[in-house]
Amino acid sequence: MKDFKLPNTNRRSFLKASGQLLISFHLFPLAFCSPKEAEELNTLYEGIPERAHQGKDIIDSWIRLDADGHVTVLTGKQELGQGIRTALMQIAAEELDVPFEICHIINGDTGQTANEGYTAGSNSVEGSGSAIRQAAAEARLYLLKEAAKEWGVSIDQLEVKDGVILGPEGKKISYWEILDGKFLEGNITGEAKIKSPEKHQIIGKTFQRAEILDMVQGKAHFVHDLRFPDMLHARVVHPPSYGSKLKSLDTDLISGMAGIEKVIVDGSFVAVVAKREYQAIKAWQKIKEICQWEKSEIKVMSDALFADMERNSNSPQEVEKHPNIKSVIDKATRSHQSIYRKPYHMHGSTGPGCAVAKWENQNLTVWSPTQGVYPLQNTLADLLGLEKEYIRCIGMPGSGCYGHNSADDVSAEAALIAKQLPGKHIRLQWMRGNEHQWEPYGSAMQIALEAGIDQEGKITAWKTQIWSDTHSTRPNGRAGHYISARHLENAFEFQKGGFSGGSYRNASPLYTIPDRKLLLHNYEGPLRTSALRGLGAYGNIFALESFIDELAVLAEIDPFEFRIKNLDNPRAIEVIKTLKSKCNWENRDQSGRVGYGLAFAQYKNSASYYAVLAEVHKSPKEGKFRLHKLTGVIDSGQCINPDGLKNQTEGGMIQSASWTIMEAVQYDANGVTSKDWNSYPIMRTNDVPEVEVHIINRPEEKPLGAGEAAQGPVAAAIVNALSSLLEKRVYELPLKEYFEV
Amino acid sequence: MKTISFQLNGKNQEIQVDPEEPLLYILRDEFELSGAKFGCGLQQCSACMVLVDDQAVPTCLSPCETFQGKNIETIEGLKQGNKLHPVQEAFVEEQAAQCGYCLNGMLISAVSLLRSNNNPSEEEIKEALNSIICRCGTHSRFIKAVKKVSSSNI
Repeated sequence: MKDFKLPNTNRRSFLKASGQLLISFHLFPLAFCSPKEAEELNTLYEGIPERAHQGKDIIDSWIRLDADGHVTVLTGKQELGQGIRTALMQIAAEELDVPFEICHIINGDTGQTANEGYTAGSNSVEGSGSAIRQAAAEARLYLLKEAAKEWGVSIDQLEVKDGVILGPEGKKISYWEILDGKFLEGNITGEAKIKSPEKHQIIGKTFQRAEILDMVQGKAHFVHDLRFPDMLHARVVHPPSYGSKLKSLDTDLISGMAGIEKVIVDGSFVAVVAKREYQAIKAWQKIKEICQWEKSEIKVMSDALFADMERNSNSPQEVEKHPNIKSVIDKATRSHQSIYRKPYHMHGSTGPGCAVAKWENQNLTVWSPTQGVYPLQNTLADLLGLEKEYIRCIGMPGSGCYGHNSADDVSAEAALIAKQLPGKHIRLQWMRGNEHQWEPYGSAMQIALEAGIDQEGKITAWKTQIWSDTHSTRPNGRAGHYISARHLENAFEFQKGGFSGGSYRNASPLYTIPDRKLLLHNYEGPLRTSALRGLGAYGNIFALESFIDELAVLAEIDPFEFRIKNLDNPRAIEVIKTLKSKCNWENRDQSGRVGYGLAFAQYKNSASYYAVLAEVHKSPKEGKFRLHKLTGVIDSGQCINPDGLKNQTEGGMIQSASWTIMEAVQYDANGVTSKDWNSYPIMRTNDVPEVEVHIINRPEEKPLGAGEAAQGPVAAAIVNALSSLLEKRVYELPLKEYFEV
Repeated sequence: MKTISFQLNGKNQEIQVDPEEPLLYILRDEFELSGAKFGCGLQQCSACMVLVDDQAVPTCLSPCETFQGKNIETIEGLKQGNKLHPVQEAFVEEQAAQCGYCLNGMLISAVSLLRSNNNPSEEEIKEALNSIICRCGTHSRFIKAVKKVSSSNI
């Protein structure tokens, strides 16, 4: 960075020249600064001035070179702990030929970034990454053309090193000197060629996670850590169960408590606002004690859930049609059928939902951990009857969400409260019970499979039936998707936006099966559901890859060989073969004390390829087992940040092991009883397995989404390992009774 | 209201507060320290841990008056001048973070363990970190990071 010659334009004249107002919005002074640089240079980079998004076709909407010799990347996607900030900056730095260390990034903000919908479906690097890559290449080309024009040479005679363009006869000029504080107004034309992978210097190398230095020092980072002058603290009391109505609340008993600014009762929406956080919590406790509710009961209990699914589902949707699958299965040499079940699972974010909102002069600003700032803006407009132009949603890091958790609900509630206290910043944080009992869960599912195999062990026909509630009720413009909008006096009705494809995600086998049929029975279950990491893929792959293991046993073929035999996708086969050699399959422990389970899937049948081997050990305790190790192999195409990919995959493996072995949301007629970490235990360090991840990097291929690849296969691998030790098949999750946890 | 005094990150502090108020809110709201976090308010997840006389303790429930006269260190106090604490360095080296919400509990518990036992076994490390909820599944990296510090004998 020292080599850069900066243009003479100083910051003030730059701002004047570009006609921008510097709205001082820097909540954390170093928030936009890569920490490494902040540490080493001890400089305070304040970030680029704000500028409204100018449209996706303009380079400047994705890449901005400021007057100070920095590069800022803009993305509509959110950092959720998956490490996209680092990966997206690597992509930009690579195409621009600038050092990674001078790059910064701004995540979703309706005031500044493109609308890229939700940060979901392992789609950020594939989606936003490709837009940023193209914009960066276009920026580089534009700057090269400018230099070529200036020097009267062809761009073929130019090279770029660390943001400095080098020409014939020792000529050099930096990007920043060329721009001299101007915006990159050029359009993304598609003319610029993307750098070929063999020239990559930054992509494919491990870079430090963008915020880790701040994190280990406990610096402000999360939406929870925002502090504004005279900010007020709010808490919300949710009803005891879905559909319960507020009968009475003596608000005088609350408003007289110390520090209370306001008690809000609107229908069955109850909130309290106080000067100090602890005062709000005390009032919240008191409200819980004295509130009278007309309770609504949950009708379908968990022991009757799967029977109810079969009885009360809609007539099935034929996702894959077949005129007579039954007869094809019956004609096979051998046939088999099984039914698998998974319970409701919780996102269970470590930190409860939190948002800050401010209502001022008919304008609303919300700082939110949402996965989508633009969908949030749309839905708040519906909720508040306000034109969306008057709403600004600024994405802030939250505690890891793994899908649609409380983030949108808490943001909407903060907005409802802020509307009643104009001019004040309102910080609303959910309590643990709010989070556990009111977040939308990953749906319980039942999957019935039936298949036939021929004499060679090739699968000839396959029938899938799925029973599931929806896997997406994201509030994409419809306020009724916010729980508290349903509790208001003028309540918004919840209208399910149809059942999405999430329920049959990965249900169709990647295996080469000529005849197949897939039926989906959509079901409206007793609990609130939405997107949880992988959606239906978790349950479907658990069933599919358990069933494949059963078929391998039936065919008397080694589980690796059976899968390879029934695949024709070379990348899928390579992932499985690589796993076989990495885990030294031929020399495995065959003493009978160790069980091994294999599983494979290509996420969504279109994203990352992933295979995993689970190793389960018999415990000295009779009839108990321990998950000893998970070894995974992943092919995500072109790997941007190897350690980031490993980290996220390891995390998915441990999280899935926790779901599979330990977790099921508990409830009774009076509501959800999984209200904290004792009543909904998850895996902790004493029980986590050793995890090992190997990457097959394919620099010549496009990058593939990876964040959800491990969820389903890990479940099946653990079940397959356990079943081999038990010498009987396990069909229902969780596996708690078998494990020493 | 009551006057409570304690040592916080090496400095003597005295505040006038509701003696029932848990220490967590005082650290966050009075002292503007963001490291200790609210996770559950029930002493089940350890997001709110600080060091009290070298022991890792949760701060989300215990009234602040129980910290009267104690020596409190938060994650913000671990760094010496410009030098990160060896545990902080090890977490960076191992890239032991995903969303990062549990890092406070992990680091504070690791420091507490290493102050009483500078060469813990893997079992002892796991036990020391067991009270902390991490939903991203970064556990194996936390264990590796702590091992790294212990084997370098700091």
